[in-house]
Amino acid sequence: MSDFFLNIIRPDFNFWIYVILMMIGLWAVIAKRNLIKKLIGLSIFQTAIILFYVSLGVKEGATIPIVEHHSGPGHPLEERTIDPEKYANPVPHVLMLTAIVVGVSTLGVALAVAQSLFNDFGTLEEDEILARLKMDPELNRRSNSSTHV
Amino acid sequence: MIWQFETILLIFLVIAAVISLRVKDLLSASMIFGIYSFLICLLWATMGAVDVAFTEAAVGAGVSAVFFIATVYNTKRRSSD
Amino acid sequence: MKCFALFAVFITGGLLLFGTADFPEQGDPHSPPNAGIPGDGVSISHYYLTQTEKDTHVPNVVTAVLADYRGYDTLFETVVIFAAGMAIFAILRVSGEPRKRHRPITDSSINGDHRRIIIGTTCRLLIPVIQLFALYVVAHGHHSPGGGFQGGVILGASFILFALANNLTAALQRFSEKTFMNLACLGILIYAGFGIFCQFLEHNFLDYGVLQKIFHTADPQMARSHSMLGVEIGVAFTVTAIMFAIYANLSSKGELDNGL
Repeated sequence: MSDFFLNIIRPDFNFWIYVILMMIGLWAVIAKRNLIKKLIGLSIFQTAIILFYVSLGVKEGATIPIVEHHSGPGHPLEERTIDPEKYANPVPHVLMLTAIVVGVSTLGVALAVAQSLFNDFGTLEEDEILARLKMDPELNRRSNSSTHV
Repeated sequence: MIWQFETILLIFLVIAAVISLRVKDLLSASMIFGIYSFLICLLWATMGAVDVAFTEAAVGAGVSAVFFIATVYNTKRRSSD
Repeated sequence: MKCFALFAVFITGGLLLFGTADFPEQGDPHSPPNAGIPGDGVSISHYYLTQTEKDTHVPNVVTAVLADYRGYDTLFETVVIFAAGMAIFAILRVSGEPRKRHRPITDSSINGDHRRIIIGTTCRLLIPVIQLFALYVVAHGHHSPGGGFQGGVILGASFILFALANNLTAALQRFSEKTFMNLACLGILIYAGFGIFCQFLEHNFLDYGVLQKIFHTADPQMARSHSMLGVEIGVAFTVTAIMFAIYANLSSKGELDNGL
């Protein structure tokens, strides 16, 4: 039993949890009615994807990707060999830094759009907004024209 | 890469994500999203991705949660689902 | 909608789980992302880990790859942050119809309000330390985890803390809208300026080695190290300004009067 657990489930367990987190986020974007909940789900989806990418660069027993820095005479750089297997893979870290940055920027813009919608419709629930649009098509025209200065 | 520590962190992460989406008070949802950010920052620190963990700690707690709270303050605090 | 959501989620989740069955084990040093495909030469991460110290004299491999080897990407990442700030400005600050002010504007005196003694005093002690730490993070990006983006976010968060502890109006008196818009533009101009300056010296865009003549360093590697610091300072300026700009616009619905 413990053999089954340690050899079959444990190595893949991490990937299953990453997929479960991604699907929680995706479900929230589709199924939730409140706009802020949708945005929280989108952020969960995004951080789960970044977690998955960073986990691809992990090496067992490796340290952080900052190489040891010996300065001064007697340590010429050309003679030092760096064993790449001792350091974690830095390429996913670089790509995911940009992803986090872009994610926080789009979160800011999405929250600004949510506030603007609340100003025009008075609610943040998706079904109420759609109902108000159907009832009053003039509201759509008025809210569209208010963004033209 | 201690697998016991990472397993516990991952289970807490899933619990935090589910609870953040289920509470009806949007201020609490933003706070629990801040907890989620911190847990994922810890996970990256154990994986050796220290730059990514530093960025997520600064962004998730200092900036992202504050933006959510600012928006919730200016709109409604209660959600219907 | 919830049935459709469950159906879509189960199909996508099932396909993804099916795909992860073929993955190499987590932590394997010889997986294709870490060691490359055998017979195809050395992988890019091997090159970065072994050559960064020789090419640029910077021990932090992630900062060196971000600011030097892939500096073009980081330039446009900074432009994306700037564009997000401009988008929020366009959505919230520019409006066709006047909105009625429903909250009274209080005065911006910090010392008069007795409720803010604890928070005000604590922030007065903490904010200089936070800002100093942010500048430390920017300057030590070469040797420890950090760099321009992290330091910029911490510096922006210190201004947000000031706006939360006192009034948004008080924070805007110290860091006005004109200042932060100019600072954001200045950050991108510094970054692109480094690149174009290299072009004036008849080399490629963002090819920092040629700046050895300008900086009078011993070898091109130190010139690359110094240019990386300059470029990170540009990123930090833009990120600070835009983080505070987004908070100021979001918390006051674009009017920049009273915040939270």
